Amino acid sequence: MVLLLAALTCSTVWAQGAAPAASGGGDAAAGEALFKNNCAACHAASDEVVVGPGLKGVMTRVPNKDWVYKWVKNSSAVIASGDAYGNQIFNKYNKLQMQSFPDLQNADIDNILAYIESAATAAPTADQAKADGQGGATAAPAESGLSTQYFTIILVALLVVLALVLLVLIMIITLLTKFLSNRKDLSDDDRELLEQRTDIGKLLQSAVVKGAVLIIAVLLLGKIGLDSVMRIGIAQGYAPKQPIAYSHKLHAGEYKINCAYCHTSVYKGKNASIPSANICMNCHSVIKNSSPEIKKLYTAIENNQPIEWIRVHNLPDHAYFNHSQHTNVGGLACQNCHGDIEKMEVVEQVAPLTMGWCIDCHRKTEVNTKGNAYYDKLVAIHASKEPMKVATIGGIECSKCHY
Amino acid sequence: MEGNNKVYWKGLEELSNDIHFVKNAEREFPEGTPLPGTEAAANADIMPASRRDFLKVMGFGMAAVTLAACEAPVKKAIPYLNKPEEIEASIANYYASTYVDTDGDYNSVLVKTREGRPIKIEPNPLSGVTPAGTSARAQASLLSLYDLERLKGPFNGKEKKATDWKSVDAAIGQQLQQVASSGKAIRIVSSTIISPSTKAAIKEFIAKYPTAQHVTYDANSSAGILNANQTSFGKAVLPFYNFDKAEVIVGIGNADFLGTSPGSTTYSALYAKTRKLGKDKKKMSRHYQFESTLSSTGANADYRTPIKSSQEGLVAANLYNKIAKKLGAAPVSAPALDVKGLDDAANELASAKSAGVVVAGSNDPNVQTIVNAINNLLGSYNTIIDLNAPLTLKAGDDTAMANFAKELSQGQVGAVFFYNANPVYDYPTGKQFGEDLKKASLKVSFSDRMDETTSLCDYVCPDHNFLEAWNDAEPRTGYFSLGQPTINPIFQTRAAQQSLLAWAGNTVEYDKFIQSYWRTNLFSLQSKYSSFKEFWIHVLHDGVFEPKNAPVAAVSFAGDVNAAAAAVGKAGNNGIELVLYQKIGIGNGAMANNPWLQELPDPISRACWDNYLTVSHKMASELGLTQSEEDGNDLVTVEIPGKPAITLPALIQPGQAEGTVGLALGYGREKAGKAANNVGVNAYPFASVSALGVGYVVNGVKVTKAGEKRKIAQVQTHHTIMARPIVQEAKLSEYQKKANAGRFMPKVATSEGKKKATDISLWHGHKYQNHSWGMVIDLNSCTGCGSCVVACTVENNVPVVGRQEVINRREMHWLRIDRYYSSDAPKDDVKALEEASANPEVVFQPMLCQHCNNAPCETVCPVLATTHSSEGLNQMTYNRCFGTRYCANNCPYKVRRFNWFNYTNDERFSDVNYMSQTDLGKMVLNPDVTVRTRGVMEKCSMCVQRIQEGKLNAKKERRRPVDGEIAMACESACSTGAILFGDMNDPESRISKLIAEETEGRMFQVLEEINTRPQVSYLTKIRNKA
Repeated sequence: MVLLLAALTCSTVWAQGAAPAASGGGDAAAGEALFKNNCAACHAASDEVVVGPGLKGVMTRVPNKDWVYKWVKNSSAVIASGDAYGNQIFNKYNKLQMQSFPDLQNADIDNILAYIESAATAAPTADQAKADGQGGATAAPAESGLSTQYFTIILVALLVVLALVLLVLIMIITLLTKFLSNRKDLSDDDRELLEQRTDIGKLLQSAVVKGAVLIIAVLLLGKIGLDSVMRIGIAQGYAPKQPIAYSHKLHAGEYKINCAYCHTSVYKGKNASIPSANICMNCHSVIKNSSPEIKKLYTAIENNQPIEWIRVHNLPDHAYFNHSQHTNVGGLACQNCHGDIEKMEVVEQVAPLTMGWCIDCHRKTEVNTKGNAYYDKLVAIHASKEPMKVATIGGIECSKCHY
Repeated sequence: MEGNNKVYWKGLEELSNDIHFVKNAEREFPEGTPLPGTEAAANADIMPASRRDFLKVMGFGMAAVTLAACEAPVKKAIPYLNKPEEIEASIANYYASTYVDTDGDYNSVLVKTREGRPIKIEPNPLSGVTPAGTSARAQASLLSLYDLERLKGPFNGKEKKATDWKSVDAAIGQQLQQVASSGKAIRIVSSTIISPSTKAAIKEFIAKYPTAQHVTYDANSSAGILNANQTSFGKAVLPFYNFDKAEVIVGIGNADFLGTSPGSTTYSALYAKTRKLGKDKKKMSRHYQFESTLSSTGANADYRTPIKSSQEGLVAANLYNKIAKKLGAAPVSAPALDVKGLDDAANELASAKSAGVVVAGSNDPNVQTIVNAINNLLGSYNTIIDLNAPLTLKAGDDTAMANFAKELSQGQVGAVFFYNANPVYDYPTGKQFGEDLKKASLKVSFSDRMDETTSLCDYVCPDHNFLEAWNDAEPRTGYFSLGQPTINPIFQTRAAQQSLLAWAGNTVEYDKFIQSYWRTNLFSLQSKYSSFKEFWIHVLHDGVFEPKNAPVAAVSFAGDVNAAAAAVGKAGNNGIELVLYQKIGIGNGAMANNPWLQELPDPISRACWDNYLTVSHKMASELGLTQSEEDGNDLVTVEIPGKPAITLPALIQPGQAEGTVGLALGYGREKAGKAANNVGVNAYPFASVSALGVGYVVNGVKVTKAGEKRKIAQVQTHHTIMARPIVQEAKLSEYQKKANAGRFMPKVATSEGKKKATDISLWHGHKYQNHSWGMVIDLNSCTGCGSCVVACTVENNVPVVGRQEVINRREMHWLRIDRYYSSDAPKDDVKALEEASANPEVVFQPMLCQHCNNAPCETVCPVLATTHSSEGLNQMTYNRCFGTRYCANNCPYKVRRFNWFNYTNDERFSDVNYMSQTDLGKMVLNPDVTVRTRGVMEKCSMCVQRIQEGKLNAKKERRRPVDGEIAMACESACSTGAILFGDMNDPESRISKLIAEETEGRMFQVLEEINTRPQVSYLTKIRNKA
């Protein structure tokens, strides 16, 4: 869980207290988050060269730790100062300026270094973070699926039994008719009854059948109509073609770039925010710059025309939703609502985004109160009672979302 | 049962039990009142819904559903190309800036921007001048930014076509050279400029063109006091009054320091400090007011005496004599005049000495000189009155302006520039001025719109809106503030200073110019920052720079009080006097095209979208004038010798002095824009221009009944109080004896004897485990200024409905300030009540959703659209509401407003509310609050969006919300601190402490007897009366 929280947050302050120090005076868990948010776009923790050098064993190469601090905070200043190692690196990597990180504290950089060290030694499995993420998610989308499955099995079983009963009954009737027709002592009335044939045409004309068909038709149409009306405005499965064939599968899945690297305000604000072109250019100024899709980026920047992405997730009108409440405070993984985004070539709306869906989750999900003093009072009140769900503390009240 | 036996009424209709008033009082909603002039109104009788209509509607409905079922429209998500570092979508940024208008209203403000567009104005707590609250106009100024009437770029008035800056500069530069070489005068005409850098820019311009001069005038002139202070103290300044140090305050004439006078935001805060009461403070200031029209300040006074405006000088002179007698100074010779309360005022001033202050609103330097003499006698200079750090908000020179008008008419002026000035509209001889303007060969205006003066100009070089521009200000000597752009210029406008600098041959950017001015002149006044860059960054962040000034020597009075007294003694007293006053919202009319201000009801008359002649009850009955909600008000014709007569509705105004009539300035605009044009009549031509300056009191006015009637959009009588004790008040002496004096403590008879209403309940009540949001409103601090009303409108996207809809009783304000008149006269003594209505006591009561715990609205909603939250809020869910209006019918506070029209799109409202119907105007909307459509009920949500935001911020930082962190829009706009919001579950919050202190004291809940148990409480009004 700790790993998950660290991986999901971009709040450096918070991350610092998340786990005990791993080695070298830095906190590897916090460092991992920082690394993924800030460094992973250009550097690997291994030997691999992405844009800049792989950082494995970086401390053995650089002059000293202070140099690292200076370099990370403002590399161009280091180069300008005529620093020998700095210029050597600069020239080696195509004279590409490393982005400056003036916001990072020395302690943050220590954490990142600790992470790099631990990553080099432990080499964590690629899926660990994700697995943790799913374990940590408290919503339970599978529950309802299970009960429908049972229902279907029982229904099918019942139908099979019914069919068998019908078969047996028909067999009995046939046997009986055969037996009776061989009897010679039957009266004329009985024989008439025996030789009576069902007139299908007449049966279809009968009021009962007509009525039944009509009722079934009306019910069926009603059901179809109602279903389609209830689906108005629900765009589940909506996966429009985007102006640039951006692949989440590649970026988030394969390269494991943290969601917040591009969606910068997902932990801070209401909107997760669609990344601006300059964020793309952090990497794509060098990576794959001949691809026709990435050329579109350049064109946009040259023409000073922002990229008009198609909005996939459209919340119903008059509803207020804030990402940070769910991601930052609630600690939910993006996948809870957006599905397996890291496997999507084209983004698709997975959740129905209906009010029922929201309320359902608010009823089931426990409040993430851990380490949050805001909830201390409420936790104390609810300590002896049932688990504190979002709904328990007013999470399904109207003006939590409508105002 | 305790409580007072006062009679309260909201309007004369209620007092006189007007039949229509009684009828409407029973009806919450005016049914079937279509908008006149619309098809619906014309067809109202002949258009019953037919079967065909039904089928049509049904057919359309089905088609709509079918269409809706098709693929939803594609929505785009367009990010920045290059995201600015400081902007995160959905997170507001605040920038410190400065609001100054042409009417002497200054506010240091924080501008809230979302995704780069300003959406709200908040006070700047770092300011030493206006640390709390803003004026109503500052709140509303936001909308002027998004006004489509603004010019889109430079305009060539000669050829009547838009042009570009390059050709404008070339043309003006060339013509300026011609004028300069011909030796003709160049004049820059402006209202008061408080920006030191702007003055420096003008100076630079004047240096380049030596025949140039700067003429300053104010539409609402304060030249009288400036001149008086020049002769009395050698300083032509507006004194700064430290009202917080005053024990006795006497206002004479239109001394509206709580309303329309310059510095009113500051003064309201200081004044309110002396009116706050509590366990440890049982004293408050006493306030006398002698005035003709009932002003906001007069309404807040403990004793108010109506006097004729021509008597102001005599009242001052007599006051002087009475005090002089007490203090042993020589009296002046003036005819004795005794008005009610003058003796008391004199006695108290004489005993308060330097803790007393007299303020006059007159523009007559003689009156001001006598008042200066009184204050000098009392010794209140340098205790209360500060002449060493005076206000600079009015510096208009009436003489200079009169001279300029003369020069213009004589054809001596070659070029004239108008900056923040519109003399054709607001100068008394404006019409003539407009004619004479043709004699100048070059006329340039910096106005942002084609106003009355600008439309006569050769070139228009539109200035930025203040939210787009760099500027600085010095509202009070030694108190500096900066204005910075909060949005890129929307149109092709340019700062006026930039234009002047350009024509002076200086190509420096104006922001750099300001910086260099500050570097040379202000940087050295501090020692905290060693580098200018550091200093500048900090000042820009704070918005203000207030270096401590060394105390300057005390002033000595050198005025000739005898001469002044002799001059005022001669004042004529003939016939009816017309008093020109200002309304708190519209002011001098420069911002008249702001629908928010037009819709803001006047605090006293509660009328909006109009000006009218205020007449006393006695005069009304003499002239046979009547008014009723159903038929409207009688029109009257006002005739002044030598001026064209005007016809306008008359409003019977309690408190109006006998023999006077009042008329508000700032109306009757012709070229301000759709919302303001032809609203009311222009009163400026009635002002007089004499050697004493501009006079706002006109003698010998003839008022006759014109015969027809016109309705005035007045909200005062829309919700009656049914004679219930809504307002609770006491006298200070009673309060000092007993903290809960004046409280109405209802008891309900039960089988077990009498019980408190709150002890019996049908419901189990709510338990709030987390927060319990509540509000306490101090009736003693509220001055009725209306700033909260506008703030609420801005914050909550409240629509503007216009005059006709207000008449239809469909105003949408979530928060209103009820104004009650009251009198001690016994309820059944009709005669005494009528007398009392001539000069009633006034109390203001902000009324908003009370968030009842036993909410009557919640129980009657058939669709659960209004429910109760676990934090004490009464929630209104618009998507659920389908408009039965049961809730509003059942609301005892009448705070629920029904949305009758789609105000933001309905073209019938495109005149009153056109800004909200344009893409540009919609940028002002608060993106966190739903824009309601027609057919739903709405009401105060207790700014739930702010509560949610504050809670989320706390959660994100893993802590509890700090008290004061979440502020309501109305609360933060209030300069007097009358509104206090907080978490009543937090024992450390200010509201909890206040409630603990006042529960047995001044705190009451409105209509406690019906046991609605509101979350909103009030503190009783205390009057400092004997």
